[in-house]
Amino acid sequence: MGKRIVVDPITRIEGHLRIEADIENGKIKDAYSSGTMVRLIEEILKGRDPRDAWAYVGRVCGVCTSTHSLTSVRTVEDALDITIPANAELVRNIMHCTLYMHDHVVHFYHLHAMDWVDVVNALKADPKKTSELAQSLSHWPKSSPGYFSDIQARIGKFVASGQLGIFSNGYWGHPAYKLPPEVNLIGLAHYLEALEWQKEIVKIHAIFGGKNPHPNYLVGGMACSIGLDDVSGINAERLAMVDRLLTEGKQFIEQVYIPDLMAIASFYKDWGAIGGGLGNYLVYGDLPTKGIRDTASFKFPSGAILGKDISKVYDVDLKKDDEVQEFIKHSWYEYSGGDDKGLHPWKGESKINYTGPKPPFEHLDVKTNIHTLKHQGGMAMPWK
Amino acid sequence: MSKHHHSQEKWFEQPTYYDEIRFKGYSRRDFMKFASMMAAFIGLETSAIGQVAKAMETKPRLPVIWLHFQECTCCSESFIRSSHPIVADILLDKISLDYSETLMAASGTQAEAALKNTLEKYKGQYILCIEGSVPVGADGVYCMIGGKTSMQILEEVSEHAAAVIAWGSCASNGCVQSAKPNPTKATPIHKLVKGKPVIKVPGCPPIGEVMAGVIVHYLTFGTIPELDRLGRPKAFYSKRVHDTCYRRPFYDAGLFVESFDDENAKKGYCLYKVGCKGPTTYNACGVMKWNEGTSYPIQSGHPCIGCSEENYWDNGRLYERASSFAGFGIESDADTLGKYALGATGVALAGHAILTNLNKRKDINTLTAEGEAGDVDVIE
Ligand code: SF4
Ligand code: SF4
Repeated sequence: MGKRIVVDPITRIEGHLRIEADIENGKIKDAYSSGTMVRLIEEILKGRDPRDAWAYVGRVCGVCTSTHSLTSVRTVEDALDITIPANAELVRNIMHCTLYMHDHVVHFYHLHAMDWVDVVNALKADPKKTSELAQSLSHWPKSSPGYFSDIQARIGKFVASGQLGIFSNGYWGHPAYKLPPEVNLIGLAHYLEALEWQKEIVKIHAIFGGKNPHPNYLVGGMACSIGLDDVSGINAERLAMVDRLLTEGKQFIEQVYIPDLMAIASFYKDWGAIGGGLGNYLVYGDLPTKGIRDTASFKFPSGAILGKDISKVYDVDLKKDDEVQEFIKHSWYEYSGGDDKGLHPWKGESKINYTGPKPPFEHLDVKTNIHTLKHQGGMAMPWK
Repeated sequence: MSKHHHSQEKWFEQPTYYDEIRFKGYSRRDFMKFASMMAAFIGLETSAIGQVAKAMETKPRLPVIWLHFQECTCCSESFIRSSHPIVADILLDKISLDYSETLMAASGTQAEAALKNTLEKYKGQYILCIEGSVPVGADGVYCMIGGKTSMQILEEVSEHAAAVIAWGSCASNGCVQSAKPNPTKATPIHKLVKGKPVIKVPGCPPIGEVMAGVIVHYLTFGTIPELDRLGRPKAFYSKRVHDTCYRRPFYDAGLFVESFDDENAKKGYCLYKVGCKGPTTYNACGVMKWNEGTSYPIQSGHPCIGCSEENYWDNGRLYERASSFAGFGIESDADTLGKYALGATGVALAGHAILTNLNKRKDINTLTAEGEAGDVDVIE
């Protein structure tokens, strides 16, 4: 075995994650990941009013805020055989699409971009060339040489101050960064624009759910009343605002996010071969148009892909015991019937059993097993 | 109120907000507009606008360390939703966010080195922001970063902090993970950090502009804002949601939503009977609202769940009216208002709608017999 490196904390994610990697001849030979925080919300939920569960469950994550709450109200409605009104389904779908748009942009710019965009190198860009490049990629209006030189000057001053804030100790100048200075400058400018953009689109959650992060849901429908002429509730003015926010959100995605994604990816084509997990993918599907029980009505269909073979999509029945199971062999949990078995989530158990090293520690014991504390990330979820 | 002075020489050389704002092409007038807005947000009299403006003209960027323990990152997310000031300006011009697991470029060793650097270089000067609770159960193994427990990290980083801000309900009161049976023994920050001011900014999450306001206050005056006796900034937490609620006339008139799909819900009546915790919740939702004033839970038809109050997860069911839950009034003891609330709600509630306010009901003359305050709970 070569050298073991530890990366903990992994930043720009939600939660606490640790990676240990074995390096041999300058290459990663093996890597281990471990979630190192747990709250046991599953245990806390026991015995509660099922109508309240969405609020507890929603607090699993405030970045992909609203998804866990949505799943929770659907679960309760499924158990109690409740069909929600058509408007509630539409409102939930709009809210879910809002998150979908918000989350992709925030992940790309604020969580991932600094792995590809060299902020300090952007200072070397020629604003005129940057402007030409930006205009060749998209019609987004903020693309003049003056705009880019202003950003450059602002960041230049920031860097010169010596207080680098969130950019402190970044990997600036590392050869793994492959973008030319002009693309770095576009990426940086759009990082800042996206920071402003993201607070706008989520106003849709505030309109329907009262706030974001953590908008409110309701078992049986949604709490916001709808009537075009109503004084209170979701009226024509509110719906016009939703329409405007969605239109502007879409413009940014089409004219900034997607062109940037394509431009940056073109410099990192070899990264396409990295990762991808085991090549088996499972999607539950979403955006129902005739209720959650009619999976054929989903705008995002469900299915499974095996061995990266996208020519065939297999049907999935989430309710079948042998189709979806949770395994805890690599988690700090124990099952009453033995840790080797898998359990359907409906029969799930959440008994924690930490067997890792006593803190403070240098390394995990990866020889026996690599373990993780976090349920949702840590549990293996095989299909069939 | 505790005051905490600190020396500023070390970051004297840096450009000030005013430099930055002028540099960005804003005029002095724009700058003054911004300063007055900020003064209003942090609850100051107009006479203090000059002070805010002056502070922003002369103060360099404040070093901030932001730790994450047991949390869901909704506080960081809420912070980046702030519109006044917008977060890009906070990050680039006002603070130096030297450690933040959500936003910082560096990971692992490099992230830890950045933290260490600020601890040494700005000893006694940095603000420590904490998002999340500390699990003290099982020797702290339920939250570890870099192989250390969150407790150990908290001790190391809080020791030389100028002040500690406990963001959100997790850090202020333990939030959802401390609900029964609190399996990880999640503990809020003020119970663990001794001998220095801990500013509690509860809420799940707190409103973005409230978070920005607390920081701007510190930047402006070099002291922490005035706190109530529970340690919350008075500017944002001295009023109950109920006292600033635009549906309050309906409450006073005894006009209630009985069920989320009834006519009264469409008319925007009071949500008390479907579980609104506004009468026992201290927060700025009704005044500042959420997401740049777009709405707030009650405006969108959902009752306040009391997310900024201690123990709110165990304080009765969400959709059950407040009079029936244990401890009603006890937690609403922020200074004097709470005692009043206890009397008003605990004693007079049953008769409140029917007898006391029939006169008020007449004032709302288009709304007559609907929403008659019965004693039947909507949810049994
Ligand atoms: S009970 Fe709730 S909805 Fe009714 S007035 Fe008070 S805060 Fe507003
Ligand atoms: S209205 Fe109540 S539950 Fe909602 S955010 Fe404000 S304090 Fe929290």
